[in-house]
Amino acid sequence: MDKEVMNLEIIESARPVYAVLVSLLAVVLIGSSGKYPNLRELWTMLAALLKFGLVVSMLPTILAGKAIEYHVITVLPGLDIAFRVDSLGMVLALTASFLWIITSIYAIGYMRSMDEHAQTRFFMCFAIALSAAMGAAFSANVFTLFVFYEMITVSTFALVAHEETPEAISGARRYLAYLLGTSIFFFLPAMFLTYNYAGTLDFASQGILAGKASYTIISIIFVLYIAGIAKAGMMPFHSWLPAAMVAPTPVSALLHAVAVVKVGVFTIIRILLFVFGVDLLTEIGLGIYLAYFASFTILAASIMALKQDNLKLRLAYSTVSQLSYIVLAVALLTPSGITSSIMHITIHAFGKITLFFVAGAIYVRTHKKKVSELNGIGRQMPFTMAAFTVGAFSMIAVPPFGGFISKWYLVMGTFEAHLLPILVVIVASTLLNAAYFLPIIYAAFFKQPESGEVHGIEEAPALMVVPILITATGVLILFFASPLLLNLVKIAVASALGGGY
Amino acid sequence: MIKHLPALLIVIPLLVAIITPIIGRLHWVLSWYAVTITTFISFVISLLLLQTVSVQGRISYWMSGWEPPFGIEYSVDYLNAYVLIIVSFMAFAGAIYSRKNIDVEIEDETRKPLFYTIYLLFVTGLLGMVVTGDIFNIYVLLEIASLAGYALIALGKKRQALVAAYNYLVMGTVGATFFLLGVGYLYLMTGTLNIADLAVRLPEFYETKAIFTAFAFIVVGLSIKLAIFPLHFWLPNSYGYAPSVVSAVMAATGAKVAAYVLIRVMYSVFTPAFFTHTPFNIQYIFLLLAVAAILVGSIMALAQTDIKKMLAYSSVGQIGYIVLGIALMNVTGMMGSLIHLLNHALMKGALFFAVGAVVYRTGLCSIENLRGLGKKMPWTMAAFTIAALSMTGIPLTVGFISKWYLAVASIESGMWWLVPIILLSSILTAVYFWRILDNVWLKPAPGEESHEHGHDSHQKPVKSNDAPLSMVIPTFTVAVLCLVFGLFAYAPVSIAEKAALILLK
Repeated sequence: MDKEVMNLEIIESARPVYAVLVSLLAVVLIGSSGKYPNLRELWTMLAALLKFGLVVSMLPTILAGKAIEYHVITVLPGLDIAFRVDSLGMVLALTASFLWIITSIYAIGYMRSMDEHAQTRFFMCFAIALSAAMGAAFSANVFTLFVFYEMITVSTFALVAHEETPEAISGARRYLAYLLGTSIFFFLPAMFLTYNYAGTLDFASQGILAGKASYTIISIIFVLYIAGIAKAGMMPFHSWLPAAMVAPTPVSALLHAVAVVKVGVFTIIRILLFVFGVDLLTEIGLGIYLAYFASFTILAASIMALKQDNLKLRLAYSTVSQLSYIVLAVALLTPSGITSSIMHITIHAFGKITLFFVAGAIYVRTHKKKVSELNGIGRQMPFTMAAFTVGAFSMIAVPPFGGFISKWYLVMGTFEAHLLPILVVIVASTLLNAAYFLPIIYAAFFKQPESGEVHGIEEAPALMVVPILITATGVLILFFASPLLLNLVKIAVASALGGGY
Repeated sequence: MIKHLPALLIVIPLLVAIITPIIGRLHWVLSWYAVTITTFISFVISLLLLQTVSVQGRISYWMSGWEPPFGIEYSVDYLNAYVLIIVSFMAFAGAIYSRKNIDVEIEDETRKPLFYTIYLLFVTGLLGMVVTGDIFNIYVLLEIASLAGYALIALGKKRQALVAAYNYLVMGTVGATFFLLGVGYLYLMTGTLNIADLAVRLPEFYETKAIFTAFAFIVVGLSIKLAIFPLHFWLPNSYGYAPSVVSAVMAATGAKVAAYVLIRVMYSVFTPAFFTHTPFNIQYIFLLLAVAAILVGSIMALAQTDIKKMLAYSSVGQIGYIVLGIALMNVTGMMGSLIHLLNHALMKGALFFAVGAVVYRTGLCSIENLRGLGKKMPWTMAAFTIAALSMTGIPLTVGFISKWYLAVASIESGMWWLVPIILLSSILTAVYFWRILDNVWLKPAPGEESHEHGHDSHQKPVKSNDAPLSMVIPTFTVAVLCLVFGLFAYAPVSIAEKAALILLK
């Protein structure tokens, strides 16, 4: 990487704070206009657009190799709420805030078609969750990250429990128990230990723990962090994610394919690169263990996905598996590996949100939830299922879809790390991905509907189909215009692998 | 005037306590005014004392001008001022809150002036224990506060309140007697009762059995008053059956003052140097008791169906935290303890206040009964939720600050094994509060279960019927303070730090 990029220049600006606050402000407005659904949805849309605008307005600064900082408050000496926008955070923020716009349109279509109850609460919690995701992306230290991490858990709880059926409530309980339990029991002590040994919680490009503690203690802290960040969906703490599928589909789409889980893997990347540092992890050799651990999740979750007949559950297990790709890639600790990891945050987001959108559209139109009921659905809903095909191919990593790019870098990364067994894992999981997605596509387009009756084209409402087509197009754009994303990711990789932050 | 503040802090409420029953004969509300204004004055005096301490350092006030160690000295440093503010503020909040609360919990009009008289005596006793620099004087004021406390609990409407008060009376008297015995031994050996003087004279007797006996009597006596596990048996029933305002104020102030006295005895009268002379390891005993209290309190809280008893058991656990910090014997741990004095007062105060408001509206306080209350009493339940989240230690609430210091202190002193215990109890706390929050926000009110969840437009808005403002305002204020001091923790922490540094100099 060239040296000019690393000239660290820090700009003091409150823009990241505004990006967080804009949707919190929207929460108040949404809450107060519950009686007027159109006005209420207007606030959501305005907040989403404004948030995306604010994030994009910071992009040129970040692309120029600068960082934006803002210190909000010192809770205690050593515990600050502070923001720092860098390229890694930018990737997550751009992805989440852009997809919030699309999901909002989709959610309006979905919620109104389903005539759901408590829509005001739904949109309020959604906005809070997005605020928290922005906050996590822009956190300047472990404490701030932890605060927003917890805020996401609490705000999305109400969304998972939305249906208020016994099933939804028990799913939501498990959701809360796993996420809150692991974060209190592992993440929090990891933070205590980090503070105790490093004397600070601020992220730094080469980590803050190097030379501060013995290898044993660093390894303990490492394990605590990995166990504590259950949002990344690594086994054995993954079962909250399938449990969360009781939520309405827009929640599954944006939160459980993008905001919540991506904050999870983002947190892992952030901690690995900016608390431990690449050099320290390479020195101790912790990356390899994590890589194998993630490999296990990749394969196990793919096999579980094969067995699911409920479409959303199959997608959920697929998410579990794909999230571990991100963890695996960063654990390789090589330039290509890290590149793949960060790119996959965005690429998987677009692909998976498309798939969830499709699942929701099918449910709204036909009330079908199971894979085995989807015979011939492609003729009834051609646009929707075309988008599904795009998303599925991206998951399998077929060119010319976005998923190919990140998998390409992942393969390069395994060569750089000289970890050929991982290559076998990648190949095997690619085959498994194909095995659980292709039959759906085949059945949708080539099998006869079971009832024998022939439907004409009956798509879901336009408010749902248009977002599906947008995200599907996004998957293609990510392949053909990958340098857009790559340039941003390169800055993050450069800062993680030496040079300034 | 400023010079006499330490004395005025006690004299004013004591005098008002005498006239309260008299003016209460005209109308009971007059006694409410008297108590509210008096506790407010105490709060202002406490703030002034803190301000004076920060300007001129430790205040030493000689009662009737008799020079210590011969006369009684009232002495105020950062620690005293800090605890005084907690006590007087919670007493003031409780006084405002009590007006409507006792309408339902002490219905008898003629008893109301008596309630206020005893309430004021209770507060006077507590303030006196904190402000005095004389260990025998602590005993006297301890008895005033205790006797008032038994009477306050006995005012509860249920018959069990009498039994609870009687149990507490027996236990409390044993505790106070132990304390007195210990003080007797100290006096026998050193010939002085002044705390500062004792600190100077005691070290030469550290080896003697008499001093160790004195220490043991005092600490066990205080442990009963503080309800340290396994001496906590009087507490759950007392808090459970007392009128809600009494539970709130006692939980927020009574235990705090007992903890303060324990800290004074362990670190001002005695010193950490003394603990090396004792036949067994005092630190480990306290740590084990603290850990047992934290775990047993949390587990017992899980098993309760009555919300007030649940909060009472939760207090047993929280007292464990305070003892834990005291026993760690380092500055960070002491800061954790001191900060938790404030934090727990706020959290538990808010929780009991909220429960009192529920009792005011529904007359019941079982956990089952809270179903659907979120829509009926939104403000009260919001306050309850904030305080409950704070109890579990969610960041940006005061509970997190306490746990942060206690955990960091444990790691600092090499006692890693304490961290999982602190975290485990956080999770248990989350579980037992979760049951309530679940009922409050997610379940329909009793009698409305059949109501199918339909659509926005069809749903009948549930009429909000919150408690009267004189209850909601103190409840909500105290709950909001849980957030304020969670975010701007530096203010109380800096005072706690100065106090801890003086104690462990």
